[in-house]
Amino acid sequence: MTAETGLAALWLAAAMALLQLVMAGVGLRLPAERGAHILAAVRPVAIVGGLLGAVSFTCLILVFLASDMSVLLVAQNSHSAKPWLYKFAGAWGNHEGSMLLWVTVMGLAGAAIALLEKRLNERTLVATLGAQAAIALGFFAFLLAASNPFARLDIAPADGMGLNPLLQDPGLAFHPPTLYFGYVGLSVAFSFAVGALLTRDVGPAFARAMRPWVLAAWIFLTLGITAGSYWAYYELGWGGWWFWDPVENASLMPWLAATALLHSVTVLATRDGLRAWTVMLAVVAFSMSMIGTFIVRSGILTSVHAFAVDPARGTFILVLLALYIGGALALFALRVGTVKAGTTFELLSREGGLVLNNLLLSVILGVVLIGTLYPIVAQAFGVQLSVGPPFFDKAAGPVALLLVLALMAGPLVRWRRDEWDALAKRMMVPIAALALALGAVVAFAPFKSLLSSAGLVLAIGLAVASVAPLWQRNLKRTPLFTWGMVIAHFGVAVALFGMASDAAFTKERLVAATPGRPVEVGPFRVVFDGIKPVIGPNWSALEGRLTITRGDGEPFVMRPQQRFFANPPTTTSEAAIATRIDGQLYAVLGAPDTGGRWQLRLWWKPFVTFIWFGGALIALGGALSLIGRLRRERQPVVRERYA
Amino acid sequence: MKPKHQRFTLVLLALAAIFGASGLALSALKDEAAFFYAPSDVTRDVPVGRAVRLGGMVVEGSLARAADGVTQQFRVTDGKAQVPVSFAGIAPDLFREGSGVVAEGSFAKDGSFVATNLLAKHDERYMPPQMASAMPGAPGRKTETLER
Repeated sequence: MTAETGLAALWLAAAMALLQLVMAGVGLRLPAERGAHILAAVRPVAIVGGLLGAVSFTCLILVFLASDMSVLLVAQNSHSAKPWLYKFAGAWGNHEGSMLLWVTVMGLAGAAIALLEKRLNERTLVATLGAQAAIALGFFAFLLAASNPFARLDIAPADGMGLNPLLQDPGLAFHPPTLYFGYVGLSVAFSFAVGALLTRDVGPAFARAMRPWVLAAWIFLTLGITAGSYWAYYELGWGGWWFWDPVENASLMPWLAATALLHSVTVLATRDGLRAWTVMLAVVAFSMSMIGTFIVRSGILTSVHAFAVDPARGTFILVLLALYIGGALALFALRVGTVKAGTTFELLSREGGLVLNNLLLSVILGVVLIGTLYPIVAQAFGVQLSVGPPFFDKAAGPVALLLVLALMAGPLVRWRRDEWDALAKRMMVPIAALALALGAVVAFAPFKSLLSSAGLVLAIGLAVASVAPLWQRNLKRTPLFTWGMVIAHFGVAVALFGMASDAAFTKERLVAATPGRPVEVGPFRVVFDGIKPVIGPNWSALEGRLTITRGDGEPFVMRPQQRFFANPPTTTSEAAIATRIDGQLYAVLGAPDTGGRWQLRLWWKPFVTFIWFGGALIALGGALSLIGRLRRERQPVVRERYA
Repeated sequence: MKPKHQRFTLVLLALAAIFGASGLALSALKDEAAFFYAPSDVTRDVPVGRAVRLGGMVVEGSLARAADGVTQQFRVTDGKAQVPVSFAGIAPDLFREGSGVVAEGSFAKDGSFVATNLLAKHDERYMPPQMASAMPGAPGRKTETLER
């Protein structure tokens, strides 16, 4: 019964989306006095549609929690012996469920716009909701026609096929939904851009309405990427935190576009510049989300993160992608002439700096996009190849470091116009820090690569430069969004330091471990004590016991495992990780040989945790900024002070 | 500067960025793209020492451990030819005899393959597209096993 309710709610939500689109279209066409009552009804329709989507998704979660094996999706992806958290998260750990999550979040976002957005011109708002409905309809059609999550089986199996053990991790409860929130947030920004183009209303008011959504999407993307990186790091057991894999790039590209958009929308909101560019970026950012979904869902590229995929579904997403992006670009081409050029600005000004930020981010985005899609193009010409870390490090790395260099100066430049010597004065301390860091790195750090050494130097320089905007300010009166900016930029420095430190200082050992014989890795002495079997809720495992000492410190124990899952039958290796203030010790147990020796792989990774701390700080900065902006918007101030 | 001129400058800058990105990417691609080989491709001239990928099935009974206890040796086949592979490291969870593998690494002078990484898969039902085409008739492309 729950499944039928869910399906009915899904159909009704789709009908509401159609109604929303038609009403917005008709209402905007009619002359103002006749269309007014239709326009007024669009908001309630959006709210009801959002609620219906939520009902449908709740039903899906309920059938998963109840392990209702007569539902095809549950039978394929769940198992009654699974811990409840994974039954719950399993609802979106599959294709149909994740698509339903997508439309649900999209509907709720539409409802939130309808409920909360008071400042935007009513016609632009309705056009935005119409665009939102048009996007949602494509996904509704996809769900209802090709991937009904509530389809029943005629004969229910005794039990399900189970969830892939690699997915049986708390990460699943957190990582996909955050990324989806991010993707959907960008769809909202896209709808705003389309709405503003339709009603010829591109300006600061539109930018202020769109900004919280871009910020929110960007925060979720940052969190999702950070969480996904850590998840892959401990779950895959390779000791790596980023593989430049197509599926990872699929989440990085929208983030890059959103980062650029976040900065350009600020120029539009405060200085009424970069109008057409901001609209274009909103279109690009959502295109990247769609391309990302396409890459992940179609499985067209070889990925270490590839889950069950189906080329036919990829085609459907590709068609949607072409429709939306093609439509938006056509609209952009038609209407860009009506978007008047905004105000001009000086080369040396905050606006100029943000243009540089946007250019460099666009170059990185372009490089990542080309590198990710190149294998598809090559395949069309009959050449099988793959593009991996060497390419991305070489092509995107230097540009990213250049961006960090620009980031040191950017927040210290004034809006409107600035003087070079005044800026140089403000940059004194950061430049001194940069010089000191350069000396220290040349003297003490081992030279692994130019990229890692430059990364260390720039990370330290940026850490100092990022807090510089707070100097000589009354900290209590500093607006929250300035704090947000400082913390986010500081987070970039922290994350960069972690990445560079991991690249420069990691120590690695691969040994055939004999019980009792010690192995040295970095500052640690590791003794392999032996293997014993252990039993978990739905797995059994062989567990290695390692006793580790660091210098004269207390010994501690680490327990890497080889886990065996019964349904589906799979082996996974569970890395053991010991976190210290200055890094992580990472141990993976391999297979035994005939002589009773076990493969053991050990890494000592100094400051690797900074990568994810930095990511969390970036997201925190974004959140503070968002709260600060929302509070400021609610105050009846006519013009914002420049931050 | 007039708004129109500034806009023109910005468009030029954006175009420069696009060309810069493409130029950067294409020049790096020339050096760094890793080509995919199936064992039967290996008879032709293989580039020694260049980063490439090799994909196929692990031959049953070929998996052995070298005397150092950490290097694994096995042969990879696509049904027509076989290539010996050595890999020092911990094999991914789904790596076993008779199942598919994509090895990253380079060819040695004697035509054997030295892997630096074996590609893990998240899903035992999943097969990389490159492998599916290297192994006609291989199982695993269709993912749904229950009827719908």
